Amino acid sequence: MTPIATPGQTVGPFFHLGLSYDRDSELVPPGSPAAVVLRGRVLDGDGHGVPDALVEIWQARPDGTIAVEPGSLRRDGWTFTGFGRASTGPDGTYAFTTVAPGPTEPGRAAFLAVAVFARGLLNRLFTRAYLPGDTAALAADPLLSALPEHARRTLVAEADGQGFVFDIRLRGPAETVFLRYPGQRP
Amino acid sequence: MNPLAVPARELEPQSVISSEMAALDAGYRGAGVTETQPRLDYPPYRSSLARHPGRAAYDVDPETIERCAPCFGARDVDPLDADLTVGHPGAPIGERTVVTGRVLDGDGRPVRRQLVEIWQANAAGRYAHGRDQHPAPLDPNFTGAGRCLTDDDGWYRFQTIKPGPYPWRNHRNAWRPAHLHFSVFGTAFTQRLVTQLYFPGDPLFALDPIYQSIVDPRARDRLVAAYDHDVTSHEWATGYRWDIVLTGPGQTPLDAEAQDGGGA
Repeated sequence: MTPIATPGQTVGPFFHLGLSYDRDSELVPPGSPAAVVLRGRVLDGDGHGVPDALVEIWQARPDGTIAVEPGSLRRDGWTFTGFGRASTGPDGTYAFTTVAPGPTEPGRAAFLAVAVFARGLLNRLFTRAYLPGDTAALAADPLLSALPEHARRTLVAEADGQGFVFDIRLRGPAETVFLRYPGQRP
Repeated sequence: MNPLAVPARELEPQSVISSEMAALDAGYRGAGVTETQPRLDYPPYRSSLARHPGRAAYDVDPETIERCAPCFGARDVDPLDADLTVGHPGAPIGERTVVTGRVLDGDGRPVRRQLVEIWQANAAGRYAHGRDQHPAPLDPNFTGAGRCLTDDDGWYRFQTIKPGPYPWRNHRNAWRPAHLHFSVFGTAFTQRLVTQLYFPGDPLFALDPIYQSIVDPRARDRLVAAYDHDVTSHEWATGYRWDIVLTGPGQTPLDAEAQDGGGA
């Protein structure tokens, strides 16, 4: 018999105690070659920033390969592990320094896998932050091409001078598209 | 002065929250569909009102990156990180306890050499966190954060202090059942889980909207550890057993490559 999954619970207000660590949001050191900033705000249904949210990213390298290197919790400054974690500030802002991931298969759209946690959010949410630029790959992406334009827009980061901006709206008219994978039940 | 005695807003009584929970429970029992996870939309947990998506999650097949998981190793985790009772000048106050169990994927296979993180209040119900205003004492010998890697059979093990219940501002006289926060990774990023472990027989279960947001009684019981006298040790610590099952089948990067090579 297939075992039934353990239920999730909210991360609560005090997750920094157990989950935050030194340089958790620095997948590469700030200012290093090819470093970009991925930043945005986590917003609630009233448009207010969520000051007690945690955003995790998991991504490929620029060449599309996936790191199998430990070291995310104790950054050595040169090993790229592909994983990072950022807690939001008072206005709901989070920021990572990382490198732009490449597509894991040639011709596919590149994205970062994103998990969102917050006080008031009873289980984690999954989404994707697609990188803008490769319009052909974005247009051909199976997920994006299946979504109406207003929903599709929530999944594509915007380029700015330093990198990319990706806001996460938990609720409301511009609500981010959140994802459910096979095997996940209500 | 007790900061909790000066409410910033009029807090509703427990009876209002309890009757809302009872109505949702009756609705669930009448629906005849089995749920296994918490509801994101659970109004008795007031903070969830503005923080739950209005639309259902979109069903999608995981792509390559989502079928893999971050890798953690001995470089990340010191073996002493699994003992929350050490690392301070003295011993912490409270009931010393060991919590252990296995992390399994949705097929029941052990999740090996993967990261488990925990955090918790101290024995008095106070978090060593700047935002915790509960006027209970901090323990200079207890921080309340730990980590370990599962072993080759998926086992984790922490030695800690049993946390106390603590009050919060969801409603008037709201108290959380004692719990440990758990953060777990699987072999795929899609299995990422953050949850809470509870202790058996807690009188606050029926009153707590976070625990009751899992409306199925068998499902929420999966968060309650079992007292295990074989984990309890002579003249030292009580012991609890709690297994964690992640969603969906696990997949190693190698499996994913094989599948892609098969023409996917």
